[in-house]
Amino acid sequence: MAAADQLSKARAPAVSAVTLVRVGLIVGVLAIWELLARSGWLYRDVVPSLIAIAKALVALLSSGDYYFNLGVTAGEVAAALAIGGGCGVVVGIVLGANRFLARAFEIYLYYLGPTPKIIFFPVMIMWFGVGSGSKVALGALSCFFPVALSVAAGMRQIDRVLIRVAKSFRADARQMVTKIYLPAMRHPILNGVRLGLGIALIGTLLAETKLSNKGVGFLIINAYSTFDMPRMYANLIVLFVIAIGANALVGRMVGLHTIRR
Amino acid sequence: MTAATPARRFLAGDLAPAATGLGCVVLFFIVLETLIRTGVISEYIVPPPSEVVASFGRVVMEEHIIRRFFLTIGECLTTGVMITVFGVVGGVLLYHYRILRLAVETWVAALAAAPVVLAYPLFMVIFGRNAWTIIMIGFVAALSPVILKTVEGLAGTRKVLIDVGRSFNLSASQQFFKIMLPAALPTIFTGIRLGLIFALINIVGVEFLINYGGLGQLINDLAERYDLPGTYAAICFVILVSVVFFMTLERIERWLRPTN
Repeated sequence: MAAADQLSKARAPAVSAVTLVRVGLIVGVLAIWELLARSGWLYRDVVPSLIAIAKALVALLSSGDYYFNLGVTAGEVAAALAIGGGCGVVVGIVLGANRFLARAFEIYLYYLGPTPKIIFFPVMIMWFGVGSGSKVALGALSCFFPVALSVAAGMRQIDRVLIRVAKSFRADARQMVTKIYLPAMRHPILNGVRLGLGIALIGTLLAETKLSNKGVGFLIINAYSTFDMPRMYANLIVLFVIAIGANALVGRMVGLHTIRR
Repeated sequence: MTAATPARRFLAGDLAPAATGLGCVVLFFIVLETLIRTGVISEYIVPPPSEVVASFGRVVMEEHIIRRFFLTIGECLTTGVMITVFGVVGGVLLYHYRILRLAVETWVAALAAAPVVLAYPLFMVIFGRNAWTIIMIGFVAALSPVILKTVEGLAGTRKVLIDVGRSFNLSASQQFFKIMLPAALPTIFTGIRLGLIFALINIVGVEFLINYGGLGQLINDLAERYDLPGTYAAICFVILVSVVFFMTLERIERWLRPTN
């Protein structure tokens, strides 16, 4: 106990120093920002003053219209995650459970995974129209690959003893999935969902910025089109806070203590 | 039994699964072609695969795909140089100044998870609708893996190597350039590889979104002209470029990583 107390006492100043550095950096960046905004060195409104951004942020968060658009985007992302993530979990379980199928098809998922999915948007428009369908489809396509690969890798890490025990109890395929595979793979599935959520969010929102008349992506590109910079910054700030917060939240659920990729 | 052994070896090896995978892909395209030719799937929504293949030559010749390819790759490599320089320097600074590392490492990790590409309208306002917008988005999106992996690589240098350096009375800079940096190089390259993949994804994506630059713009152009076989051919070309890019980086990484 005494050693622990000494250790915590020794650590205390370091923690406060870290906080000081953090506060110093934030204050420094904000001060430089305000200086730039007032200096006139950049084109007017490219860097709006912090007060203008704060006002736009308050206006945005107190507007019912924003919550409607946020709801549209949230619905599209949720649908994309359910479809793409659901398919990813199924494909991941199949590939993880069958070595032959994994060798046959996983390479395609592995190499198609890091391709830029936004380029499929014209195809999605042809298939699903200009409405929410094409955004959901793009989000689903984006999040399918990381979820499938994460689940397939997770399947292979399941303790073989658990599988042998279930087989010795003559568990059928459904029981194997529900009693062994899914409970044992909570961590990789949630980790895949964490990756998939971020990617589905990006895919859906990018599609909204390209062609849409509702959703947060539309609000961002609309603010850009009307050169309402404070509103655009406010939209981006809220969006980044939501995206990073959702990532951290799912990461915490998974048991990851950092949000590193 | 003896006759079954080669067959088993064949099935257990990589050839049979690879042939099955490839066969299924070919079968999928044959079925798709049949469904389109018989009118089950409208050719105004999905062009027949044969037409897509046939349009490759036209897209290459008429749409200057090689020039566009080099434009996109040039943007990617410029971003690569920038993330390497700034990422490695940033990582070294974070490694050397522990307080700074404790203060900002989680922020850098959060940046990796942030949807930076969604800020492309902001970059367009700052840099204009030109290649710098594309490069800077790629840079910001791809910087954090290099910083994080540099810190990880330097922190993971084996103590015995550092002790050997000390026993030779190496100066701080010699210790860094002769021991730590070479030991961390494979991990740093992992960060650069991840960064370059993020960069390519973001660069092609932004080219498509702002309709400027190389391969991304080509897809947008062809889609706006409703040239469906051309659009699909261009998408296939971008996928091919991404896969080759990814494989090349993997190969370099494997070459750099010590076998033990």
